[in-house]
This record gives sequence, structure tokens and C-alpha cells, in this order.
Amino acid sequence: MTESGKMVALWRGMVGERERRYRQIRRLVREVVFYLVLASLTAVFLVPLVWMVSASFKPEGYVWQYPPALIAERIQWWNYTDAWAKFPFWRGLRNTMTITMGVMVGRLLTTSLTAFAFARLRFPGRRVLFMLVLSTMMIPYHVTLIPQFIIFRNLGWLNSFRPLIIPEYFGVAAFYVFLLRQFFMTIPREYDDAARIDGCGTFGIFWKIMLPMSAPALGTVAIFTFMGNWNDFLAPFIYLNDQAKYTLAIAIRMWQRYAGGAPGSGSLYKQPDWCQIMAMCTVLTIPPALVFFFAQRYFIQGIVISGIKG
Amino acid sequence: MSSAAATSRRRQGLTLQQKEARDAYLCLMPFLLGFVIFTAGPILLSLYLSFTRYNIVKPAVFIGLGNYRKMFASDPLFWLSLGVTVKYTVLAVPAQVVTGYVLALLLNRKLIGLSIWRSMLYLPAVVPAMATAYLFFWLLQTDLGIVNQTLRSVGVRGPAWFGDPDWVLVAFVIMSLWGVGSSLVLYLAALQGVPTSLYDAAKVDGANVWHELRHITLPMTSPVIFFTFVTGLIGTFQIFTSAFLTTDGGPANSSLFYVLYLYRNGWLFVKMGYAAAMAWFMCLLLLVLTFFSLRIGQRVVFYEGVEAN
Repeated sequence: MTESGKMVALWRGMVGERERRYRQIRRLVREVVFYLVLASLTAVFLVPLVWMVSASFKPEGYVWQYPPALIAERIQWWNYTDAWAKFPFWRGLRNTMTITMGVMVGRLLTTSLTAFAFARLRFPGRRVLFMLVLSTMMIPYHVTLIPQFIIFRNLGWLNSFRPLIIPEYFGVAAFYVFLLRQFFMTIPREYDDAARIDGCGTFGIFWKIMLPMSAPALGTVAIFTFMGNWNDFLAPFIYLNDQAKYTLAIAIRMWQRYAGGAPGSGSLYKQPDWCQIMAMCTVLTIPPALVFFFAQRYFIQGIVISGIKG
Repeated sequence: MSSAAATSRRRQGLTLQQKEARDAYLCLMPFLLGFVIFTAGPILLSLYLSFTRYNIVKPAVFIGLGNYRKMFASDPLFWLSLGVTVKYTVLAVPAQVVTGYVLALLLNRKLIGLSIWRSMLYLPAVVPAMATAYLFFWLLQTDLGIVNQTLRSVGVRGPAWFGDPDWVLVAFVIMSLWGVGSSLVLYLAALQGVPTSLYDAAKVDGANVWHELRHITLPMTSPVIFFTFVTGLIGTFQIFTSAFLTTDGGPANSSLFYVLYLYRNGWLFVKMGYAAAMAWFMCLLLLVLTFFSLRIGQRVVFYEGVEAN
């Protein structure tokens, strides 16, 4: 190689090095910008939540300060205890848990049984009956709300938990029938065959094979059921009209609306202060948030099963 | 199969097939009973009620098409609530789909701490509707709300949100966008299911990011987008709790959503017959909407493997 050839090669090497470095820096900058964008978007989503919790610890006057302080000079944790003491909230919590438990048992039992029949057994009318399940899923809740209310009223079930719990023992939650059926279909039939050879009947297969193998899907149903009942507003609001029967959510609504005493009771009407409302909202949010953090896998899986395979 | 086994089965009276069918009907018993008592029966009852005047205390009086005639011809609030709800649905559903999808696209790459980002964006979706409603009602207060104070600090005068008939629906849309996490998770799962070989092939052909999105990512995930669009349509149309807890239809009926008005007719004015007619009309409307979306979907949505058949 000539002297000039060496120089050219060296020059090229240096350019290549610079080019590579330049590219690396550009990629780094792009990454940093990307994470900044993502972080600020995430922050926008989290700010309301942070604001809620932060406001729940502030004295009333400090809530409107701008720029808002994350923690006010005075931490007023008694927003929680004060608010909690003003209404039978323990009772509300117990009622919510009672209803949730009642619904959960009924729903897990009957939806899985129904789903099992559709996923595994052959019988005349299977296609038509499954269309029934799907169409039940499509019917807006409000169409059956009025006649159900009238039926339960005639049965004398108003102001009790029965309208909220008993239908669940008849597999009315068609969405979960569908979800569990989708899951049961993924369990290999060889297990059923092996069990049949060992003398297991239909119900034995359901109880000893399908249910134990479907723990993740049943977990998803249980968690969605918990969330649904915890958040439910319209149905308990319509059916329960006695303070002792209120669920936690209804109790919070009534306390927020009629804190100074029920309308017409003669006492002065005064809305609870804003920090206390945020404290009760935080209380209402904690259980679902905890369940979400500890059972994320079931959530994501449940959403995906119900959405994609459908 | 031996003939001995066959005779023994015959002696029991039922073939294996019949036995299986019997077990199946036993399994389905609760569901079938529930369907008749809590779904089919009530639907028929509600159809009958929609032709009556019924205030619960006195027996129902048959009035033919009276409720429907009143609904369409002489109840301005019915049309108003329908209009408000349609406007809200038209604003909210596309906004939800786009927001969820864009966020999912952001997460669909090599990412440090994917599950943490995903959880943080999903978290607002598990906040109870009631807490969300109260929270946003105060975040969006006219003078002191944090949103308008922030806008003021950069020199923008924020609207009155829930207090302004022109902005109240926008406020509800913003509230609904906060819970976009569940569709985000769905989109993300779909995006991760797109085979990478398609992108490799596109790279060889010299496709840029935009081409990839337009010709690979969107078509491959269109079934999920379509699914969230239809379910979002049905769910959004039935908005109740968040409005009931905050504006309760105001200001000046500008957020009087359909179900809110239905609830008032049924439980405040105790006109159960009229409310049943409204419920039936909504059911038919949603059915028609779903049907048309499915028809349009067949043309727009790309289902993998359909061409192969």
C-alpha cells in the first residue's frame, strides 16, 4: 500500500468512527426523548389520582392553593376518621362484602357449570342455546331493569340484598359463561377421556378436572366480580333504600348529598367538606387498587381472553 | 366394541349419547331457568309495559301506542336526551379508541419496565366510577379547579366545564378518557401478536414507519379495534352513574343523557310504562347500530385467514 493509500484508509476509518458515534448519540437522544414523552403522558394519567390522595390529607383551605403542594404544611389525617364517623360506613362496608360474597359463590358455580356444558358436552340444541347466551350478553341492562324491579317488588324483595344476589345463582352473568367456555375449550380433551376410562362421570370431570385446571380463569371471574360489585351503583341504589342496607358506595353518596341530616329532617343541610369527600373516595379506591396490584396477571389475562378470542 | 357392552348399556335404558345430553341439560338447568325468569320473561313484560300506563301502585292500563306516540311526537326532552347522548357517543368513542391505540403503540417496543408503564396507565381504570366522578367534578371546577388554574398560569382562560352547556360533554369525554386503560391492554396484546416477519419483509421492501403502521399494524389489529369500537359504542350510549353523581343533567339539561332521563321517568315520575318504552327504543337502536357496524366491519376489518378459506 502506498503512503497516500494509507492516509486514505486512515481517514476513512476516522470518518467511520465519527459516523458511528454520531449515530449512537442520535439513537440515545431519541431514546431519551421517547422516555420523556412516555413519562409525561403517564404523569398526566396519574396526576388526578395523586391529587385525590394528597387532597384527602389537607385542611379544607389548602386544597385550592396553586401551585398545589403535594403535602400541605399541616397533614390532616383526621379527615378520614371524621368522615368515617359521620355515617354508618362500617355497616356499608359489611353490606358490600356480604353482597359480593353472595354473588361470587353463585356466579362461580353456575357460570362454570353452564360453560362446561357448552365447552364439552354434546346435546341437541347446543348451537341455539349458545346463541341465547350470546344474545343475553348483548341486551342492555336497562331493558330488563324495569320489569325486574317490578317482579322483585311483587315478591316483596325490595330493600333487601335478594334482588342483587339471587339472580346470580341462575347463571345470568352471560359474559362470564362466555369467558369460561373460551377457557375450557383450551383444556385438552385427553384429560376427560382418561378420567372417563377411570370411571369418572360427567360431573366428576367437571369437579375434579375442569375446575382445578381452570383456576386462572376462575380467578379472573372472581376478581371481575369483586370489582363489579364494589363499583356497582345503579342497582343497589334502586333496590336498597334503608340506611342500614346501603352498600359503601351508596352510603358515600348519601353522606355527600345529605350530610347535615336527611332532607326534611329539620337539621341544617351542609355538604361535607371537600377534603373529606376526597378521603372517602380514596377509601373507596384502595381495595380495587390493591386487588389490581396483587392480581394483575388475572386482570390482563381476563381482558385479553374476553376481547381477543371473542 | 363388544356386543356384551352394548347390551348392558341398553339394559340401563340410555345410550352414552343420551346420557351425555341428560347431563348437559342438568348442567344448563340453572342457566335456562334464569334465562326464562330474569331475561326472557322481563323482556316480554317490558314490551307489554311499554304499551301501558303504569305507576306501580295502580294496575297497568293498556294504552296502545300512546307511550311511543308521546315519545316521538310530544316530548321534547326525549329528543333532547337522545341528541345529547348521540353527541356524547360521537365525541367519546373515537377519542377513546385513538387515545388507547396511541398509548398502546408507544408501549409496543423494546421498553425498560413495560409492565410498570402498563400498570400505571391502567391504574385509573380500576378507580371506582364514583370516585372518578367526584374527582373530576372538582378538578374541572371553573375558578379554583387545578385544570383551570394551570391553564391560567399559562395565560389561557379555561371554560366552565361542567357549568357550561357547550363544554359539559367535553368534560365527560375527558373523564371517560381517564379510564382508557382496559382497551389499552387489549390493543397491546393484539400489537404483540403481529408476527415480526411481516415487519422484516416490509423493511426489505424499504417501508418506513408510516407505511408499516398503515399497511401492517393497523390491518393486523383491526379486529380488536373494531371490537373495542362496538363495545365502546354500546357502553358509552348507556352512560349514567358519572352524570347522575355530578351534573344530574345540568346545566339547562345539556347533559341529560338518555338513561338519566329514563331513570327519572321510571323512578322519579314513576311512569314505568313510558320508561319501558324508552328502554325498548334504546335496545332497538343499539341493535341496529351494532348490526350496521358489523356490516361495515366486514368490509373494513381484516380477518387473518379469511381469504385462505
